Amino acid sequence: MTTFLTLMVMLPIAALLWEATSEGKTTFWEAVSSPAAVASLKLTLVASFVVALMNAVLGTVTAWVLVRDDFRGKTFVNAVIDLPFALPTIVAGLTLLALYGPTSPIGIDVAFTRTAIVLALMFVTLPFVVRTVQPVLQELDPELEEAARSLGASNTTTFRRVVFPNILPGILSGVALAFAKAVGEFGSLVIITGNIPYRTEVSSVYIFGRIESGDSTSAAAVAVVLLALSFVTLLSIGAIRHVATRHDRA
Amino acid sequence: MSILVRNVSKRFGDFVALDDVSLDVESGSLTALLGPSGSGKSTLLRIVAGLETADAGEILLSGKDATALAPQKRNVGFVFQHYAAFKHMTVRDNIAFGLKVRKRPKAEIRERVEELLGLVQLQGLGDRYPSQLSGGQRQRMGLARALAPEPQVLLLDEPFGALDARVRAELREWLRHLHDVVSVTTVFVTHDQEEAMEISDQIAVMNAGRLEQVGAPRDLYDQPASAFVMRFVGDAYDLDGALVRPHDVELSPAFEDDAVEAMIVRVTFLGRDVKIELHDGAGGEIVALLERNRYEELGLWRGQTVWARPQRERIFADEAA
Amino acid sequence: MHRLWLRFVALGYLAAILVGPLAIVFWRTFEDGFQPAWDALTSPETIHALKLTLLITAIAVPINTVFGIVCALAIVRRRFPGKGLLNAFIDLPLALSPVVVGLALFLLYGREGWFGGWLEDHGIQVLFALPAMVIATIFVSLPFVAREVVPTLREIGDEQEQAAKTLGASGWQTFWRITLPSIRWAVVYGVILTTARCLGEYGAVAVVSGRIQGKTETATLRVQERYESFDLAGAYAISIVLALMAIAVLVATTVIRPKEANA
Repeated sequence: MTTFLTLMVMLPIAALLWEATSEGKTTFWEAVSSPAAVASLKLTLVASFVVALMNAVLGTVTAWVLVRDDFRGKTFVNAVIDLPFALPTIVAGLTLLALYGPTSPIGIDVAFTRTAIVLALMFVTLPFVVRTVQPVLQELDPELEEAARSLGASNTTTFRRVVFPNILPGILSGVALAFAKAVGEFGSLVIITGNIPYRTEVSSVYIFGRIESGDSTSAAAVAVVLLALSFVTLLSIGAIRHVATRHDRA
Repeated sequence: MSILVRNVSKRFGDFVALDDVSLDVESGSLTALLGPSGSGKSTLLRIVAGLETADAGEILLSGKDATALAPQKRNVGFVFQHYAAFKHMTVRDNIAFGLKVRKRPKAEIRERVEELLGLVQLQGLGDRYPSQLSGGQRQRMGLARALAPEPQVLLLDEPFGALDARVRAELREWLRHLHDVVSVTTVFVTHDQEEAMEISDQIAVMNAGRLEQVGAPRDLYDQPASAFVMRFVGDAYDLDGALVRPHDVELSPAFEDDAVEAMIVRVTFLGRDVKIELHDGAGGEIVALLERNRYEELGLWRGQTVWARPQRERIFADEAA
Repeated sequence: MHRLWLRFVALGYLAAILVGPLAIVFWRTFEDGFQPAWDALTSPETIHALKLTLLITAIAVPINTVFGIVCALAIVRRRFPGKGLLNAFIDLPLALSPVVVGLALFLLYGREGWFGGWLEDHGIQVLFALPAMVIATIFVSLPFVAREVVPTLREIGDEQEQAAKTLGASGWQTFWRITLPSIRWAVVYGVILTTARCLGEYGAVAVVSGRIQGKTETATLRVQERYESFDLAGAYAISIVLALMAIAVLVATTVIRPKEANA
């Protein structure tokens, strides 16, 4: 089984690193610092960051409503949350284009703009924070809040001092996952953003372009940057998990 | 089948779970491994079952060296504290498991399962799932399951630990009856000395990985080999450097030479007996158990100063307990 | 009141981002009736694309299921050097961009790639053919079964397995009769997620397949191709099929989730 894993995971990564540095450090640096590459990286990071923050707020609100509120059709709503996991990204991009593009029935047209990037990324990252916060909220002992209230705390204070610290690790790991997904997102952006270099071209699309042009080295160079970002995000999720459970360890 | 434990030692990292333990279990007997948490009793049981391996020493089952044998090959029945019920199988299938795995004919399995359901008094519940049973019923199923493949040895790891007091007492008696009927060599682990005293033929008292004493319940009670055993099997209190059992404490309202002066801090009526808690001058606690008549004869009351003297006492060289 | 405001925000958010767009596509597809959509779907290239997607999924899912179960067992029940690393690496496909995955495979199996030359000499074509697409799909859907099974295995504990051993069951018997049944809902859930991911894969396959119509074009690639050919109806039609599969997945998970929780 370890051979399977090595074959599947380690080798591809090794190949990337090799190719990226195959023509020397300077070429690597040049590829990564070329204006188009830098523009795409900047765009990717900023957009992912914005989306991650928006998810932190909206995802938490959604999780709250799912756990604490009750209304008809809640099961349906709960199931719908997973749609981005189930729907192919290219289809997601197409549906967003249908509602928010040139043929929009409600007159909103943000196709080929940076807003489209945020929109598409919101779609694909929607479930992450919701699904990491939901179980934590669910498990939260209502007696904690009752105790706070019996001690005189207002609703806001109770949320701020009792609920929030407990759900914060959940929010953070959801945000990290959303960020990682957003940074690497490809399919949903291909149609709705138009992939205009320096304007709406994110790094994954840039890399794709470089591959199609036969320039694997530049592609690999930028890919390595994204790879490093993924690693860092994975590690931080692990760290968050570790810190979050410190009170549960003896 | 007899069990011989020879010089078994086991450590987990820095923690010494068992230190050179040797024990003889006679074929057909009911032995209790008694001791506080961390004394190594569960570890020893699991080593006998083959669920753990000893670092040193041997286990002989019926005279044959079983030390390196896998649990599947030892023909040992094991009952777990938290039942380890196969949740996705019915009671019947749980009990039949050991036989199915040995590929016994279906008719034989069916018959044996019915027999066991009757033996453990779960008739009619055969098609239920463990989640639909009470704790006591689940444990009886666990016993039936362990007995089904006719093991040579039956091992129980704190079998009644997860049950409430009343059920525990019932099942304890019931286990003794079962043993009288089935008479398979049985070893069970417990931290409850009452349980051990009530049903076992012999008790092995363990403390911090060592065997303190082995013997019949009465022998352990009357002739404890150490302060630990005396305090653990029955109760014992320090009266002027010696250990005394509560019902061996004599109290007198009048001064007596070589008696210890103490003050009564609490009197509790336990039905036939009266428990009197006292504090001696040095802040030590003594408990005396008097028969109701004797108590009334003496006319004792809370706050009174009395003199306590042992009728029978034991002195041990090492008083560390 | 607070409660209603929150509900409004949450539901509005979901409607704007998820439900609205999907609903519009359904509407647009059938705006001019059933026929145009049907014609778009039954063109030979489209049928081939759908078949190809199903084929790749049918290969990738069982492989990943076995891998996921074996991995989960190793992580939860065994101690070995590098276990922490394995645990972290399992999640890697989730955090990695599909284009990066595609590129890496391209570098390995392309003509100038590490294995490409050797493979070509032996007449085996990996890149721009089925094998590369299968490998890419396996990679991106790798973690799902393992991630579902690991917490379940942990929670169940291994006492049932110990009991089985004392009753005489061999390793294989214990696995088949005790371990597997106790994790079955987690496995099913993981398989459903894996299947959904395989059906919807785009980025990695886009890089390694060459997108040759009628040969290496999957359903998702075909959606893109139809859109670029200004055949919006065609693109929508295939999207509906994929969306219906996605909805089927959602329904299945909604049914399975309570079973998994009570296992």
